[in-house]
Amino acid sequence: MEPVAIVQGTAVPLDRSDVDTDQIIPSDWLKRVERTGFEKGLFSEWRDGEDFVLNNEDYAGANILLGGPNFGTGSSREHAVWAIQQYGFAAVISPRFGPIFKNNSTKNGLVPVEVDIETAEALMAAVQADPTLEITIDVERATVEAPAIGLSSTFDLSESIRHRLLNGLDDIGLTLQQVDKIDSFEGSRPSYMA
Amino acid sequence: MDTSNSAGSSGPKTLIEKVWDRHVVHAAEGEPSLLYIDLHLVHEVTSPQAFDGLRLTNRPVRRPELTVATEDHNVPTADIDQPIADPVSKAQVDTLRKNCDEFGVQLYSMGDINQGIVHVIGPELGLTQPGMTVVCGDSHTSTHGAFGALAFGIGTSEVEHVLATQTLQQSAQETMAITVNGELPEGSTAKDVVLAILGAADTGGGIGAIAEFRGPVIEALSMEGRMTVCNMSIEFGAKAGMIAPDETTFEYLKGRPNAPTGAEWDAAVADWKTLRSDEGATYDREIVLDGADIVPFMTWGTNPGQVAPISANVPDPADFDDPGASDAASRALEYMGLTAGTPLKEVPVDTVFIGSCTNSRIEDLRAAAAVAKGRKVKDGMRTLVVPGSGLVKQQAEAEGLHTIFTDAGFNWREPGCSMCLAMNPDKLAPGERSASTSNRNFEGRQGRGGRTHLVSPAVAAATAIAGTFATPADLD
Ligand code: SF4
Repeated sequence: MEPVAIVQGTAVPLDRSDVDTDQIIPSDWLKRVERTGFEKGLFSEWRDGEDFVLNNEDYAGANILLGGPNFGTGSSREHAVWAIQQYGFAAVISPRFGPIFKNNSTKNGLVPVEVDIETAEALMAAVQADPTLEITIDVERATVEAPAIGLSSTFDLSESIRHRLLNGLDDIGLTLQQVDKIDSFEGSRPSYMA
Repeated sequence: MDTSNSAGSSGPKTLIEKVWDRHVVHAAEGEPSLLYIDLHLVHEVTSPQAFDGLRLTNRPVRRPELTVATEDHNVPTADIDQPIADPVSKAQVDTLRKNCDEFGVQLYSMGDINQGIVHVIGPELGLTQPGMTVVCGDSHTSTHGAFGALAFGIGTSEVEHVLATQTLQQSAQETMAITVNGELPEGSTAKDVVLAILGAADTGGGIGAIAEFRGPVIEALSMEGRMTVCNMSIEFGAKAGMIAPDETTFEYLKGRPNAPTGAEWDAAVADWKTLRSDEGATYDREIVLDGADIVPFMTWGTNPGQVAPISANVPDPADFDDPGASDAASRALEYMGLTAGTPLKEVPVDTVFIGSCTNSRIEDLRAAAAVAKGRKVKDGMRTLVVPGSGLVKQQAEAEGLHTIFTDAGFNWREPGCSMCLAMNPDKLAPGERSASTSNRNFEGRQGRGGRTHLVSPAVAAATAIAGTFATPADLD
């Protein structure tokens, strides 16, 4: 994956709670065996509705998706992350993520910005009022800032995920450095296990 | 106490911590732990990009014999001797076949007696055992926790990681106890237990935690019932749900194809008996329910936490204290085409689906058949009964359940995921309403514009007969 240090730009406000991965990428899209081409499937059912926020010209070109609580709950489909990224988003902000979605995001370099509820609500209101509001997410410092409204907040990011995002590290390669430990663990498994 | 902190500590431990600690290959301060994976289940939807990744990096599957694959999500449930009609579905299934062949992974294909929904075949073949770590690129992997395994869903990048290394990097989770005391009233089932838990925990209540289900109501459940409960752990956000193994578990496993035998069996059981939470072990979160309050439940909205007793009315969004929940309820009612105050039992249903990894096991089919027996499906009702696996189908047919269903006017199908997520031809049309024994009532889950209500198999069967939501007791 590509390293990511700073995400700077504007955001699309998706003001709903419990946006599940079935909505992010409906199941018809899961039949593909490729890893690319999912941008058209992003919210494909909602996008048919004219007033869906992604269709609002004012938010064209945004690279941050601003969601409500429980964003990305439900299915484990990593296709949801691929679709969001391939559409052009580099980060998602939400007060609470579905855990598998959050984990999948970090494996692909999509920054999951889990902020407190007050920050999320302040950003939502501000972006709805002003689509050009500039937001900066700094992975190194784990901060999200919108100077125009005087907002500066931190978000929860573990040291190991920060390190991986900043360096674009491949988890498998890292784990295989521990192959001796895996070998010796295997030697100690109970014999009744296959 | 985080599970990570418990490694090496000598205090009382929960079941969750015991199983976690047994699998730590490597742990270091501030990093996720590296956990060994005992069983990796694979299906056609979330694996193609992972196998591709292995090919690109020239990596083999580290332990193909701990990896088992099946075809389930895309498979048609009728005319399975014909090629799959949808070319995209066919390509995905063909890709799995090619990958399993190339990487030496056991695959159960359509038409094989062992083929079926991945979470049905693991337990049924005795692959899933107490104390194991089980993963699959599918969120309902939590099902296997019914055996006291630590089982959870992973994304495609992690599927590739497990294929390549037989391990996963996992951050510490909190522990959550969900205790169901007392006894269930007559007519309530395991599905009602988990719907009641969902109502109490809400869709996000388990985020960041692994849950242990316990208490007299849980202990009294069969393995099928326990699997139904653990299956839906992910619907309140828990990473996994577990139940301590006991005699019911051992009884179920004994003699299954992949279960240990002879002296190994005795050693295994002795070991498995240690897999229970110690006296005095503490949990980070706790929910306590009284079994006596668990009546037949159903969902009325578009997430699995939006539940109500079947005897209740469609709720009024104005009655929710939390503004977020109130908004979500209004949106859900609009999508579902429901009016606040309408008795749920008066809502007409178009389609009844009995199946999915939540409720497609033999006991589920028996419960539905007991209701269907000697009765007739309401005119115009579309019905699908989809057994979870080839073995479930065979057993049901040996017991004559299929004739009970077909005599009553139900449609009897071949095994697969089917209308649980509508990746195959079994779909709801826009605006159609289903009573479904599956696990997700998200917008469009069973077909674009479709409206899904989650219920137990007995309620699904009774609803097929009544034409509106009904419990078996309502039919008399
Ligand atoms: S039955 Fe439904 S929930 Fe279960 S694995 Fe298949 S699609 Fe997923």
